Amino acid sequence: MAEIKVNNLQKNFGDFVAVKDSSFTVKDGDFFCLLGPSGCGKTTTLRMIAGLELPTAGEIMLGGNNVTFNRASERDIAFVFQLFALYPHMNVRENIGFPLKCDGVARDEIRRRVEETAQILRITDLLNKPVSSLSGGDRQRVALGRAIVRKPLAFLMDEPLGALDSEFRHVMCGELRALHNRLKATTVYVTHDQLEAMSMADTIAVMNQGVIEQLASPREIYERPASLFVADFIGSPAMNFLDTRAGLSLGSDSLMLDGMSVKIPSAREAIIESDLVLGVRPEHVRLDDSSAIRGEVFGVEYLGTTQVITITTKHGMVRARVDANRKAIIGDHVGLSFHSEKLSVFDKASGRALRSALHEGAIHG
Amino acid sequence: MAEVVLSGLSKSFAATRAVDDVSISIGDGEFIVLLGPTGAGKTTLLRLVAGLEQPDQGTIKIHGLDATKAAPAERDVAFVFQQYSLYPHLTVYENLAFPLRSPIRGLSEAEIDSKVREIAKLVRIDDKLQNQSTRLSGGQMQRVAIARALVRSPSIYLMDEPLSSLDAKLRGDLRIELKRIQRDLGATILYVTHDQIEAMTLATRIGVMDRGRLVQMGTPRDIYTDPINMYVASRLGMPAINFVPLNRFPSVAAPRGASVMGLRTEHLSIEKSNGADGNGLVTWVEHLGDQNHLHIDMNGQDVVVLSPPDSGLEKGDKVHLTPLAPLFFDPDGQRVRG
Repeated sequence: MAEIKVNNLQKNFGDFVAVKDSSFTVKDGDFFCLLGPSGCGKTTTLRMIAGLELPTAGEIMLGGNNVTFNRASERDIAFVFQLFALYPHMNVRENIGFPLKCDGVARDEIRRRVEETAQILRITDLLNKPVSSLSGGDRQRVALGRAIVRKPLAFLMDEPLGALDSEFRHVMCGELRALHNRLKATTVYVTHDQLEAMSMADTIAVMNQGVIEQLASPREIYERPASLFVADFIGSPAMNFLDTRAGLSLGSDSLMLDGMSVKIPSAREAIIESDLVLGVRPEHVRLDDSSAIRGEVFGVEYLGTTQVITITTKHGMVRARVDANRKAIIGDHVGLSFHSEKLSVFDKASGRALRSALHEGAIHG
Repeated sequence: MAEVVLSGLSKSFAATRAVDDVSISIGDGEFIVLLGPTGAGKTTLLRLVAGLEQPDQGTIKIHGLDATKAAPAERDVAFVFQQYSLYPHLTVYENLAFPLRSPIRGLSEAEIDSKVREIAKLVRIDDKLQNQSTRLSGGQMQRVAIARALVRSPSIYLMDEPLSSLDAKLRGDLRIELKRIQRDLGATILYVTHDQIEAMTLATRIGVMDRGRLVQMGTPRDIYTDPINMYVASRLGMPAINFVPLNRFPSVAAPRGASVMGLRTEHLSIEKSNGADGNGLVTWVEHLGDQNHLHIDMNGQDVVVLSPPDSGLEKGDKVHLTPLAPLFFDPDGQRVRG
């Protein structure tokens, strides 16, 4: 297993910049997710690491060696695609063993490694079955097996769960993470599904228009989003954004919202009066009749343990995640207050999060 | 008043019983959601109501009339498919007007125009009426598809996973809008999905399906809090309900015949423990964005619960779990009530 280091990587397709001056390190044994909407450059980045695309500029180091211009087959990595491409005329054992056979590995050794792989994936009982008889999940396990059996330096996965339905996808996420915990293999995983990234990754790189906007642990990204884009992309329901025009001085711990003062984490940078956005996660909104921020209940979505209440306010729609036993009826007039120490403030023009006391508890590493 | 009454419907394809003796009475203005995994028979049931399939047994009454043998066009229903099927060569306006131009209806141009504009406004595409239907985003196309069903006023709307091809954010937005539209129009809807969140948030009643049979029918709250068996209990809830053998908690008084306990987050009190009284170990805190899942290992038994964002529990913490009024099930998975 090995560390992957990407330095100033750039990829242009004609005039279009798919990946822009991207630098990051995937630590040995890390489960690293490239997350972003379609067209953000995540798959292009992965394909360059794999050697399926050549970069316009920059370099890629794999286990200390510069592999930027090596062929894919000379990189000792395994790629798992979205569609599990299995050989239909071979059984499970032959499918898993095929990459070793191509490398000219001895038959006894192939048998041993295929069986070891099957054990890791818990599919030993399937080894002699034809792949056409397998369920979607088992096919995916066989596809993974074909990657694992080679014992590569790193695994690269491009939306391997994209074709599965939601319930099963979550089950497979748990399995992939458990597998990672056993193998401790350096893994770069591409997805547009924040839930997959959040549930599996040690480190997430959130990409937007060819640029990594934030690179941190799932929890850090959720609790301290570095930009409006990241804040909006991560979380379901999404973070609430309340527009205001105000300034902040160093150390101030309140923000003016339409003539009302809202408590926020103490500011660690000053900003002159400009368009600001107050970001509030739905679970940090409380229904509070004594609050001056007023709204009307627009929708109530029961989710079992919790419910999501959508409220129209003059600052826009606000969603609150509250206990399922809290009574809320459409049309009710309610007051809203916020969990002040969890709030983010963004500069609307640049989208950047302003530094505050929120960032001082930051989790490093 | 019941608008649509399904009685004893069955349908087989070769040896497979796709729909097995299903009876549902759908009231005026109800939003019924059929929930089940792929292959549960929910889409087949919808197609039977639409007249796209003929039942082997049973009857379908729409508006008091027997429609079992009626052709799809003769039934007073509107169907919204998973994939938006719009007329690509027509504008949004013409796509919406199309169902109204049927000669049977005999509507004047002025009536058509006012209906199209009213519905377009309702689904918030009134600014896109002159666009070519192919020059829209996925969310807009699906709004047009839903609007095209809404311009008619059928006895019932039949919807087959209409939101499943959209991305998560758009799905969430359209979900709440669809519920608002249904309420404003007082529309009767039979809706099929495998997404538990859609079922919970849209339905006045959920019908849980398993291998062709309707297993339980009730309000989302009923189905969630009072499931009749383990299958139904595991259909709703994120994280999924935990099934734990009774002997894990010998101190809990269980009703006779019970062998398994069903524990959701709200059925457990979880306290940090500093040693001796601990019965679980936090092995992983899964930060999912909207919520955190605590993975707890109870000496070989995994339990996954929702963690309040500020619980302060971390990987490696010892905890003490105490069940609070859990659900009980017998060895066959049927609910045992105390």
